[in-house]
Amino acid sequence: MARIKTTLNRRSFLKASALAGGGMMLGFNWLAGCQPEASAMKALPDAWYDINAFLKIGDNGLVTIMSPNPEIGQNVKTSMPMIVAEELDVDWKDVVVEQAGLNTDKFSRQLAGGSQSIRHGWPGLRMAGATARRMLLEAAAKRLNVPVGELTTEAGIITHAASGQTLGYGEVASEAATIPIPEEVPLKDPGDFKIIGTTRNNVDGPDIVTGKPLFGIDIQRDGMLIAMIAHPPAFGMALQSVDATEAKAMPGIRDVFTINAAPEGFDRQWSDVNAFPELVVVLGDSTWEVMKAKRALKVEWSAASPLENSADHKTRFAELLQNGNAEVARQDGDPEAAFQQATQVIERTYSAPFLAHNTMEPMNFFADVKADRAELVGPIQTPEYLRTTVASVLGLSEEQVDIQMTRMGGGFGRRLYGNFGVEAALISKQANAPIKLIYTREDDMTQGTYRPAYQVTYRAALDENNNLIGFHVRGAGIHGSPVFANRFPAGAVDHYLAENLDLDSNISTGAWRAPRSNFIAGAEQAFLDEVAEAAGKDPIDFRLELFERSMTDPVGEEYDYDAKRYAGVLRLVREKSGWDTPQPDVHRGVSAYFCHNSYVAQVVDVVLEDNQPRVQKVWCAVDCGIVVNPGAARNQVEGGIVDGIGHAMYSALSFADGRPEQQNFDGYRLIRNRETPREIETFFVDNGIDPTGLGEPSLPPVSGALANALAKATGHRVYDQPFIESLQGIEVESTTG
Amino acid sequence: MATFTLHVNGQQHQVDVAPDTPVLWVLRDHLNLVGTKFGCGIAQCGACTIHLDGTAVRSCTLPVSAASDRAITTIEGLSEDGDHPVQEAWLEADVPQCGYCQAGQIMSAAALLQRNANPTDAEIQEAMNGNICRCGTYLRIHAAIKAAANR
Repeated sequence: MARIKTTLNRRSFLKASALAGGGMMLGFNWLAGCQPEASAMKALPDAWYDINAFLKIGDNGLVTIMSPNPEIGQNVKTSMPMIVAEELDVDWKDVVVEQAGLNTDKFSRQLAGGSQSIRHGWPGLRMAGATARRMLLEAAAKRLNVPVGELTTEAGIITHAASGQTLGYGEVASEAATIPIPEEVPLKDPGDFKIIGTTRNNVDGPDIVTGKPLFGIDIQRDGMLIAMIAHPPAFGMALQSVDATEAKAMPGIRDVFTINAAPEGFDRQWSDVNAFPELVVVLGDSTWEVMKAKRALKVEWSAASPLENSADHKTRFAELLQNGNAEVARQDGDPEAAFQQATQVIERTYSAPFLAHNTMEPMNFFADVKADRAELVGPIQTPEYLRTTVASVLGLSEEQVDIQMTRMGGGFGRRLYGNFGVEAALISKQANAPIKLIYTREDDMTQGTYRPAYQVTYRAALDENNNLIGFHVRGAGIHGSPVFANRFPAGAVDHYLAENLDLDSNISTGAWRAPRSNFIAGAEQAFLDEVAEAAGKDPIDFRLELFERSMTDPVGEEYDYDAKRYAGVLRLVREKSGWDTPQPDVHRGVSAYFCHNSYVAQVVDVVLEDNQPRVQKVWCAVDCGIVVNPGAARNQVEGGIVDGIGHAMYSALSFADGRPEQQNFDGYRLIRNRETPREIETFFVDNGIDPTGLGEPSLPPVSGALANALAKATGHRVYDQPFIESLQGIEVESTTG
Repeated sequence: MATFTLHVNGQQHQVDVAPDTPVLWVLRDHLNLVGTKFGCGIAQCGACTIHLDGTAVRSCTLPVSAASDRAITTIEGLSEDGDHPVQEAWLEADVPQCGYCQAGQIMSAAALLQRNANPTDAEIQEAMNGNICRCGTYLRIHAAIKAAANR
């Protein structure tokens, strides 16, 4: 392997500032780096040596670790480099993290979604650190002329105990870069981890709190123009004509034209969801000027397909659940017989509306497209897919398309679908200039790719001994059923039926944090509460009995969960929350769910304040295997809980004549500071299993626990989200005990 | 278009913009100060919070014509080296997830503590309720403000 020497371009520094107590800390170009612990930082080295795709080592021992995956706030930018640093065996304070651009030669699965970054990256990241460490050891062995087996490392220092000689990584980095990559290297025993399993602060923290340019919407380039789009105001409408006379005459406006982001014959991928590919584009010098010109456009829209109403959706859902021809996803035993013979049958229907993703940073992308090259920079969860579509749409090869990922002001699944990146590319091509496309909040909230609207009916059959003998779940969505046929309680019930129904619509939908789970978990867990009540059992005991059944005598061939781990988190949250010792005036609900490979159980405590229910505390037990960064993991768990409670309680997107009735935060309610639970306490199961994801798992169960707690607090069960609407007009009286 | 003099972070700037241009866009597009963020444009989310003569205001609905000859402080000017007590408390509490709302949160928090050095929990919630955090870091925001108040 040839020696690769990379000298850092000093012109990429923006400014230098002196550290307290002397020494230089050099600021980095915003795309080039960030310091996790600035005060202890080494100065920049004179030379960098590329050891592998993930890391380079400076001649003074400073280490740059690349973070391969897109960052949406799940903090992989800290945790993925932590894993590399652990096996490399460096001091975390000597690490600088850089965001990698899209490079499928060097990295696999550069994608933010499915809570898989750590789980998928775990072996490869460890290997990257371990092989680099091995190469450094071999270089040191050569230099010192000793057997490599006599050398040890600690925090970036190589020691030859026998002679007392030491070498810093930086001293042998240039030679290490020439060592052939070892075929096999040992990995650390998790018991020896010094970085993994400890809390390390967000590597971008200092830049975030000082307002450094970090997000796609912040990008500035010489000669860059600002672009904004206008899309149809309703689903079912398409662009007919535009009169841009007034807009074009306004100050700062360069041009107005139309684009089609889904041209004839382009290679459509799953990520190319776009309800409104034909758009009007306003191009100008500054954002405000373009915003004003956008308002001055006179656009005619044609009705291309029926304009839908939420009232119709409701009717159609009811009709479908009642009479529709469902796809049977799973059947065990003879459910209809079980329901005929049952002593008690409980039936309940749950619903939830469309939701917008509402990332705080609206959709945006930078593009600079030339005849033979396209440079794209911006917020995207699926850069590889974006590259494919952009290449297809521009008629370039993928090698001619370069994508750099900026830190995202939220993803939640919206930025899996890179229509805005494709649009930016087309706009730049037409404008023959670098452009930054920005969506307004209204453009964003009304553009689609929503969390589907859902409705599900559950039925449970109990026999004369209060055993659950039959379970039937029948779910429908616009679009797609929310049901997971092989999830709990499949495997624990002799007679089981899971059915899927789909409602057609021209409203576009897509993945939204914990797809399908984000609705079905809460519905299922609220239903199980009512079944437990009908059976005269404690809700936790009721579930544990079913887990026991799955463990000892499972029904059917397949079920997608480990009942032991599932029971484990339920027991843990029971213990930690003091579930068996009720507190006066605290109304509690429990739930447990498995999704994205992780197990979560929660208890929600609701109290009454001025006769209004309020979430006081959430207890959360999590089994996600090894926790890489506990503090950050807690932050994610808390965030998922607030997200789940907030949307279940307050948020809804409804339609009138195809138009979203909510267009900004005045109409679309998001949970705020005042409504947040006052306390969240999280407990991680310590089992040494390889890490599984945490971006999504804490969200789905919480709406179930919340509904269960609200039932205790108010005496009313809630079935339709947003719960705030169901709770209106309910008179609640404080009770003691 | 007209020329306005703005005092931002202790420096004077001349900008040639339409009088109705919100200060948010003057900062972002004309003064290269992008720390102040765009979230909604209708003063509902707080991402654009700045200080105007020490008071927290939403810059997305503050026209530049109303801001001349007033002292504007943005996140970039809150401190010399990120060492405002609120910023330091934010880092110690490791508050941010995506980070987009955080500049606005910090500016609201700093203004609160300027006028009320020891706010109660209810006062914190009230003062901060205009700042949305989509990632749900509200508990950490609260803890950081309490810690900053105690510094």
